[in-house]
Amino acid sequence: MVTMAVQIAREPDGMPLRTKLTRVERRRKLRAFILVLPLLLFILIGFALPIGRMMFNAIHDDTLLTLMPRTTAALSAWDGKDLPDESTYAALAEDLKQAWAQRSMGAIAKRINYELPGLGSQITSSARKASTLSAGPYKPTLIEINPVWGRQDVWSLLKRGSLAYTPYYLLRSVDYQYGPSGQIVASPPETAIFQDMFLRTLAISIGVTALTLLLGFPVAYLLATLPAKYSNLLMIMVVLPFWTSLLVRTVAWVVLLQQHGVINEMLMALHMISQPAQLIFNRIGTMVAMTHIQLPFTLLPIYSVMKTIPPIHIRAARSLGAGPFYAFWKVYFPQTLPGIAAGCLLTFILCLGYYITPAMVGGPNDQMVGSFIAHYTNEELNWGMASALGAILLTATLLLYYVFNKLVGVDRIKMG
Amino acid sequence: MAASTYTSPIETGWYYLHRLICAAVLLFLIAPILVIIPLSFNSVPFFTYPMPGLSLRWYQEFFFASQWRVALYNSIFVAVSVTLLSTTLGTLAALGLSRPNFPWRAALMSLLISPIMVPVVITAVAMYFFYADVGLLNTYLGLILAHTTMATPFVVITVTATLTGFDHSLTRAAAGLGAPPVTVFFKVTLPLILPGMISGALFAFGTSFDEVVLALFIASVDQRTLPRTMFSGIREEIRPTIIAAASVLILFSIAMLTTVELLRRRSERLRGIRNT
Repeated sequence: MVTMAVQIAREPDGMPLRTKLTRVERRRKLRAFILVLPLLLFILIGFALPIGRMMFNAIHDDTLLTLMPRTTAALSAWDGKDLPDESTYAALAEDLKQAWAQRSMGAIAKRINYELPGLGSQITSSARKASTLSAGPYKPTLIEINPVWGRQDVWSLLKRGSLAYTPYYLLRSVDYQYGPSGQIVASPPETAIFQDMFLRTLAISIGVTALTLLLGFPVAYLLATLPAKYSNLLMIMVVLPFWTSLLVRTVAWVVLLQQHGVINEMLMALHMISQPAQLIFNRIGTMVAMTHIQLPFTLLPIYSVMKTIPPIHIRAARSLGAGPFYAFWKVYFPQTLPGIAAGCLLTFILCLGYYITPAMVGGPNDQMVGSFIAHYTNEELNWGMASALGAILLTATLLLYYVFNKLVGVDRIKMG
Repeated sequence: MAASTYTSPIETGWYYLHRLICAAVLLFLIAPILVIIPLSFNSVPFFTYPMPGLSLRWYQEFFFASQWRVALYNSIFVAVSVTLLSTTLGTLAALGLSRPNFPWRAALMSLLISPIMVPVVITAVAMYFFYADVGLLNTYLGLILAHTTMATPFVVITVTATLTGFDHSLTRAAAGLGAPPVTVFFKVTLPLILPGMISGALFAFGTSFDEVVLALFIASVDQRTLPRTMFSGIREEIRPTIIAAASVLILFSIAMLTTVELLRRRSERLRGIRNT
């Protein structure tokens, strides 16, 4: 019987049916994968790789290691207590000469200037003088050329440079830095700006999320309970701004809120104020414009959840003797919570990354983490700092998206 | 639930208060867009009502001044290239992903649509570093590739949505009747997913046409797009031409919104899905 069964299952070419089916199935999967492959490669190379490199740049900096190879090698044996010995200074002189000749001194000075502000120009000028040195002893000569080479903090910075990885940029992003002898200390108050900046980003995001919920919930309720012919009409008023470019809406707010803008002129014509109020380039402008842009993002998930709540529930509660508010609060409201959670979380995540709107309608005290990332990239050219701040923002965003995904499901993101 | 005779006065009060709040919020949503369109026809370069007269001079400046015209051409060129590229890539990927029991579908989907989740300023900085290394900074190609990254997820989402509930027996029937795979695709699959593809293409076009952060970071003045020109214009001093440009973009979004909605209805009709 067993041999019979095996014979039946064999095709004329002698291959078991099961193997054949698996092979067909595998080929089908491969074909499906080949269809996805072009986009997968495109996203991996054009998007994931750059993002990964940026994350890597947040902890990786080999400027000193590659541009001052002799000094960093000589320093690996240094105990960090007293100044290094003559041989290290000789290595330093050699590195400075080479850096001067290869015009790489600027990069070294810039790197040292990040951690010890103001020393960059002194380091460069000392390299110019050191480039003429021909013989030792180097230690006293270099310290005489420029006293920076007798400073403990400069040497401990160079010693840290012998590793290609540094937590410096991440530490700096939360207002910590290295002290003179290499221990981690809080940044001095005049440069400790990042904790404030993160707190401000959080405060603005929470504020905007709360405002959108406050304004969006009643409208979502109205849209969900009105008959379709009215609600469709009102829905256009929600969806049209949602579809209008972010830049256009920000422009509209600039026109409305500026000193001689529509709102100020209107309030003055009504004699409600005697001189133009400052509505833009401050927190008011930022909050108003961001709330306007984010409102549909909070409103639409709440609306779609409310659409699924049968109106019978409220009527049942009322007929059982509940008052109108009690029925709403105990029966209707708890059922809207998934929508509230989804909408608020989405708005909060999107708010964290705002850059354009605060830059256009906010003042200097309304700039969020996105603006700082842009500032360090385009103006300060401090890519390590830009990467570290970016890495923190990205990690926060992805964690929140993970929560969002567990809560709602990415597949349910819909448009329109 | 209209206010009826047997409700208590407090309830009636709440009913009208709710309506009033909703009216105010809806006004807040729509007013900025409605207010600036008439201002673009103002005959004097001020942004207040009442307007002394009407004029098309700002539109004339927008469509004929070389600064704006170059920006408009650049925007259209970049957006059309992005649309072609991302629709092709996105549709192929969506077709693959929608095959039954595709391995690691959820994980792959998350990766493919991640560009719309990562804050755009991070994408811009990361691409800036990367493009600086590979020499794509300040090139049209770089800008097109960057915008394609941002736009393709929308195509993947819209085409995948059209493919859910796609009746695979249709393609099997066509194959069983002897049609080769290419014919099956063009004669059976394509007409059914076309509404989704067009929606996705419109989204892709809109994404590129509106995008300003990437344009600021990785392109130079030579590749300036419409949003970039508007952005730098607002930073200096807001001119009526910017309002005219904004109005044109608003009309564009209205046209797009209408088209996508019509396509969605057509697609649902084609696939026999009834609105419940």
